[in-house]
Amino acid sequence: MSDDAAVDTVDDADVVAESDEVREAALAKLSDELGDGIVESFIRPNDDIWVRVSRDAWVETGTVLRRSMGFGYFSFLSAIDWMPSPFGRDMDSQVDLTLTPPEDEPKVEEMQTGLAGGDTRFQILARVNDISTNRAITLKVDLPDDDLSIATWIPVYSGANWHEREAAEMFGIDFVGHPNLRNLYLPGAFEGHPMRKDFALLSRRIKPWPGIVDVEQMPGEDDDDAEGSDS
Amino acid sequence: MTTQIPDISEQEQLRYIGQQAADARVNVEIETEGMTLNLGPQHPATHGTLRIIAKLDGEQVVAAEPVMGYMHRGYEKLAEVRTYPQVTTLVNRIDWVGSFANETPFILAAEKLMEVEAPPRAQYIRTILHEMSRIANVILGIGDMGVQVGAVTPIFFAFRDREYVLNQIEAVTGGRFHPNFDRIGGLKDDLPAGWIQNTKNSMEKVRDFCDQIEELMYGNEIFQARTRGIGIIPKDIGLAYGLSGVNIRGSGVDWDVRRDNMSPGLVYDQVDWKVWTHPDGDSYSRMWVRLQEVREGTKIVDQLLDQIPSGPIMAKVPRIIKVPAGEAYVETENPLGVMGYYVVSKGDLNPFRVKIRSASFNNVSITPWLLKGVYVPDIITILGSLYFILGDIDR
Repeated sequence: MSDDAAVDTVDDADVVAESDEVREAALAKLSDELGDGIVESFIRPNDDIWVRVSRDAWVETGTVLRRSMGFGYFSFLSAIDWMPSPFGRDMDSQVDLTLTPPEDEPKVEEMQTGLAGGDTRFQILARVNDISTNRAITLKVDLPDDDLSIATWIPVYSGANWHEREAAEMFGIDFVGHPNLRNLYLPGAFEGHPMRKDFALLSRRIKPWPGIVDVEQMPGEDDDDAEGSDS
Repeated sequence: MTTQIPDISEQEQLRYIGQQAADARVNVEIETEGMTLNLGPQHPATHGTLRIIAKLDGEQVVAAEPVMGYMHRGYEKLAEVRTYPQVTTLVNRIDWVGSFANETPFILAAEKLMEVEAPPRAQYIRTILHEMSRIANVILGIGDMGVQVGAVTPIFFAFRDREYVLNQIEAVTGGRFHPNFDRIGGLKDDLPAGWIQNTKNSMEKVRDFCDQIEELMYGNEIFQARTRGIGIIPKDIGLAYGLSGVNIRGSGVDWDVRRDNMSPGLVYDQVDWKVWTHPDGDSYSRMWVRLQEVREGTKIVDQLLDQIPSGPIMAKVPRIIKVPAGEAYVETENPLGVMGYYVVSKGDLNPFRVKIRSASFNNVSITPWLLKGVYVPDIITILGSLYFILGDIDR
């Protein structure tokens, strides 16, 4: 067993060294196919690829990935609202306890987007795998604030159906061409889009968060104390 | 003795034939009106509250539409106002039959962002508990499948033998169903005394269960008649719908995250085990792969128990956990399939966004396609063989 393990680690090291080139090659192939469709990309070595594509190239991206690059496995599709929460940063900030959002809070914090960048508040986030080579690509698409719509991915990956319905109700994104964009989880008459950052979590607004007691620093302790994080 | 055939004139015969034809025509022309069958929300085959609206033509399903949301708890939103250690309490309740396995990928994602690695002993115990929650979960699924095809005994066997595993999980974590035991950088506690031997005994019991159930259920003619060739999922369609775990391995796809894309922090590469697949893609093959999965799980646990290194169970992490800004996605092979967390951090106490990719959501999204054209009794066996937990769909 131990001998096998040793051999395995050597093999793994080789694979690890290679896989970076593999990822770069995959990215190069994708940019060949899409041209201007790719806005920005980011590779974390031996881990993952993030690609931000333009909204117009969304369906084409999926088609290229599925049909000619072997990314046949659909993992998930969702969205991110990058706006900083107007209700305060941390749950332990006193801002969190007020009923009305303070006016200056959004100005203090600037919107920051994550890997592979972003220009808009809402981004589509999707992930597809190539299970034969164990690679995956995380895709992002910027959605302009005044037109939260994007073409549906159902013709490419059938599994996108429910994921798009979820993103539609949670973020208020319109998936053009989706045959059945009814609410998946929420009641039909539900108002608002719960996963948006400006949708207040009402229970948290009307009652101060008791969890602050757990994470408050104990007197005489410094941050580097390694004993159990909590209990 | 010859039977007396009554003499009938030719005219009478013709009239008779004409009548028959007319009757037949009437029968043809009567439209069998489409019927809508409402299955659930409460139904034993749905493991929670899933409602399926099936449009029937006679006994055949024309269209099936699952309706969810009866158990939606909004964990993605709630996670945004919890600290990282508190999120494990929430995600425990996603797949409540194999709870510990829900915590693992989230903790691993947080560790990845913090660039912390749990000590080897914690990694071993974590993998053992992950595998034990798989065993506890899948045993129940197998026993439950018996009920779906009309056999009651397997579920009693399953509940009985699952208890041995749950007792061991309880002995180390303190919780039978919701351990909340995984921590960023390690585990809450070490193993209690005598646990290793007791766990080995319980694994022995689980293997006995597998042998018993294989004879009792899998070899049963009725079980085979109800599951073989029914609910076939072709490879490509399964992949496009994002099926994972046993449901895709039952269609002949040799893909297991434990082997192919193991996240750092687990130690599946230290043991000798096998990924089982079945080429048929029908209900039977899924249940068959599930049974083998339990057997492999007991093998993994046994080997890991022999290899547990000594040492600390907690890495040096700050008491107040602030996760550096970044994005990470970690997925693990959970009892129901691939579960992943896409965590976006902004360097705060709480995550900025957590996207939970749960296995059952994708697994069940194939049902409108899969149930089209099947007969009503097969709806139940197909749902049973997909084996989902509603908490894992609704989150």
